[in-house]
Amino acid sequence: MILEFSRIKLSEKMERINAIKTIANQIDDELVVCNIGFPSRELYQVKDSPNHFYMLGSMGMASSIGLGLAIAQARKVIVFDGDGSVLMNLGSLVTIYNQAPENLILVVIDNECYGSTGSQCTYASTVDLGEVAQSIGFKNNFKFSESGEINFQPVLEAEGPIFVHLKVKAGNADVPIIDMTPEEIISRFMKEIKEKEIK
Amino acid sequence: MDSTQAVYQALKEAGINFIVSIPCVNLSKLLEMVECDSKITHVPVTREEEGFGIAAGAYMGGMKPAILMQNSGLGNSVNVLASLYQLYKIPILMVMSHRGTEGEFMSAQIPMGNATPRVLESLELPYFKPSTPEKALKDIKKAWEISESKGVPVGILLEITFW
Repeated sequence: MILEFSRIKLSEKMERINAIKTIANQIDDELVVCNIGFPSRELYQVKDSPNHFYMLGSMGMASSIGLGLAIAQARKVIVFDGDGSVLMNLGSLVTIYNQAPENLILVVIDNECYGSTGSQCTYASTVDLGEVAQSIGFKNNFKFSESGEINFQPVLEAEGPIFVHLKVKAGNADVPIIDMTPEEIISRFMKEIKEKEIK
Repeated sequence: MDSTQAVYQALKEAGINFIVSIPCVNLSKLLEMVECDSKITHVPVTREEEGFGIAAGAYMGGMKPAILMQNSGLGNSVNVLASLYQLYKIPILMVMSHRGTEGEFMSAQIPMGNATPRVLESLELPYFKPSTPEKALKDIKKAWEISESKGVPVGILLEITFW
């Protein structure tokens, strides 16, 4: 089942930073794993939190890191992934489906291009990643594809693993690089997880 | 002492409780033991690189991770080792069936077999090459101590003659 939150009329896709901001403002206690490059920089700019793990390298690994984290502990995990990154590690969707963590939400922010390297096209313009997830077996699929409000509440209330397909415009916001060291990012994140561990 | 039993016992004594794996024929008995162990979370993966990603997330969530794979998987995982593990100082025990070593019957295994130690060296990752079950029992525990205390992936190369 795909729940699609878009009106039929011609509509404009949203900017990625606005999509990230809208979702970030609706989540509170969830852990977030954010993809390499501009997505992490944009999230850091709109909302920083000890609940965030910003990837600085290892393209393609966001969904895998999120899966490991979701299996290892009980808090809900939201992954902000990208179309190019998911295509680089498509097997991850198969593993997530089989491991079936109830506390994992995979948000694929799809701008149909490698946005951090000059917007070269990905194959996501011809292959619908939401349909790929559905064909693998993901039961709870959501799609957001136009500007305006994203109501993330139904996603937060659904049982995982959840696949969220979020279509956005190509292009990056003019945001600075993250001024934290890798060790600061991971130690703050792990401290947060440890201190608020759900038994 | 049985070689598989020694590796399993060492993993247990080291406190490893999260394992990702891609099979090798030499690891088949070990994989069965891991799968049957209710104290170990075992996640079979589609590719070694993916396994490293999952294990990194599990480590952040408080687990003690290891990967079981053939040495060919090291080649699939060079970037994740450098730009995730080394960058963030994440530990993991890498238990590798080292094919392409003495006694190899498949010529296709030789090039990666030869390259494996040098790939680890070029990444500046420490590794052990225990030749007997007794040495494996000792080396694997030591390897995890180094890995956890220094935040560095550590390799265990188990050559064909080990089994």
